[in-house]
Amino acid sequence: MIDILALTIILGGVFFYMTGSIGLIRLPDLFSRLHALSKADNTGLALITLGIAMLEPDKILIFKLILVWLLMLAASAISSHLIAKHALSGGKQDD
Amino acid sequence: MISEQLLFALCGIGIFSIGLRATLIHQQLLSRLLALNVCGAGVFLIFIAIAYRGETQIADPVPHALVLTGIVVAVSAMAMALALRHKLKDLNDE
Amino acid sequence: MTEWLWLFLDLTLILLLLTLAWLTCATHNNQKGVTYFIAFGLLLALAWARLKAPDLALAEAVIGAGISGALLLAAIKHDDDAQSVNKLPSIKLWMVNLLTVALATLMGWGVWHGLELSDGNRLADQVLAQVPESGVTNPVTAVLLNFRAYDTLLELAVVLTAVLAVLTLNPMRKTYVPAEPILQTMLSWLVPLLVVTSGYLLWVGAHAPGGAFQAGALLASALILLQLAQPTAYQAINLNWMRFLLIVGIAVFVSVGLLMMFLNTAFLGYSSSWSGILILVIETAATFSIASALAIAYMGGRPDGWETFETSTSSGHQGGKHS
Repeated sequence: MIDILALTIILGGVFFYMTGSIGLIRLPDLFSRLHALSKADNTGLALITLGIAMLEPDKILIFKLILVWLLMLAASAISSHLIAKHALSGGKQDD
Repeated sequence: MISEQLLFALCGIGIFSIGLRATLIHQQLLSRLLALNVCGAGVFLIFIAIAYRGETQIADPVPHALVLTGIVVAVSAMAMALALRHKLKDLNDE
Repeated sequence: MTEWLWLFLDLTLILLLLTLAWLTCATHNNQKGVTYFIAFGLLLALAWARLKAPDLALAEAVIGAGISGALLLAAIKHDDDAQSVNKLPSIKLWMVNLLTVALATLMGWGVWHGLELSDGNRLADQVLAQVPESGVTNPVTAVLLNFRAYDTLLELAVVLTAVLAVLTLNPMRKTYVPAEPILQTMLSWLVPLLVVTSGYLLWVGAHAPGGAFQAGALLASALILLQLAQPTAYQAINLNWMRFLLIVGIAVFVSVGLLMMFLNTAFLGYSSSWSGILILVIETAATFSIASALAIAYMGGRPDGWETFETSTSSGHQGGKHS
């Protein structure tokens, strides 16, 4: 029973990833692409992490999975922010 | 049933060939460097594919150690190549 | 059923790897090439995980995708996009194609026959049988630091040589402007976490995937992040200690080897009761060396005041006064 539930959740995560990737390819400009990618991918990752955590009996591994999810969340939020800010400033403000 | 070993080894050969061809054809230094690294990755893949012993058995650790060494050597060789490229650019600009 | 599922997943992975390798090699645009190369490295890490090589997957994800990506991106930053491309004369192109196809066929034939052969007296069996006596239980670490410790020593020497070449060729790349507060705040969490994780990988390498290379690369990535974001606390640090860390790996490795030569029989021939501790000592030193080597490689050259020994010591004193 729990297997089927976990599988459904993981497939949902895969669906969100796919949506994000389609958004990355189809959307017209950088900002909407970033929007699609960061939102959809984070949801996808959350669902996949949840699905795997349900199948995993080891408590420490579940903790590690949650840590991975939090790190990815922070990294994707901040890198999207940096990319967007860089693009807004006209791509000139580097070094 | 095709074995995974053969499948991934053939993939490694494919990657090696793609990399080798591009290394010989390209004239820009950076493209060549990338191609050479792709070529090396193909060799690593052949090694690890041969080391694989199926789902149940533990894989052969000797090629793993060799490839681990190889990855670190590849990145330091790349760093050196990039430094040489930088120096060449500086000399050409002068 | 599951067999077909695995075959499908394997074929997808292989197809993606080949496509990305082709894209990396086909493009003439440096930026695109580097981006494809980073993606290729990440997929390769997935392939290592699939082929039951978790040690390699860790190393590839940190080094192959992360650190070489950072090195390449920093190197192409000031390139101009427009590059003149001369086409090769078609006769040469065909010769190259012919050579590649011939070589690939030969390799394919060799691999096919190699796999057909009976296993015989396999090296892997001997290694796995000896692992309990090596002082560690992770077979890859046992091979790297015990059975084939010479290889690893020479590898550290190769890394040191490459970094010495980098140091000799160029002065350090222009430092970056301090990053904005949000990245600085993230770094104040991330860098300590990276240091802890690197220590964990180093320790866990004795009995599970991990070890000096992965730990060193992770530590280097922390240094690279600091280099990129330039927090105020980092700017005040005198980088002179990095050149000592650069050689500490080889120094400890050789000293342990020589010590074993006097106490036991051979260079690097550990006595089995001490080997676990000796391996940990060597690995710790190697971690620091690899970390500083990769971080210096990212700097792209020597920092100010590393020109010769005299100037470096005097600037070291100045640095001490400033801080």
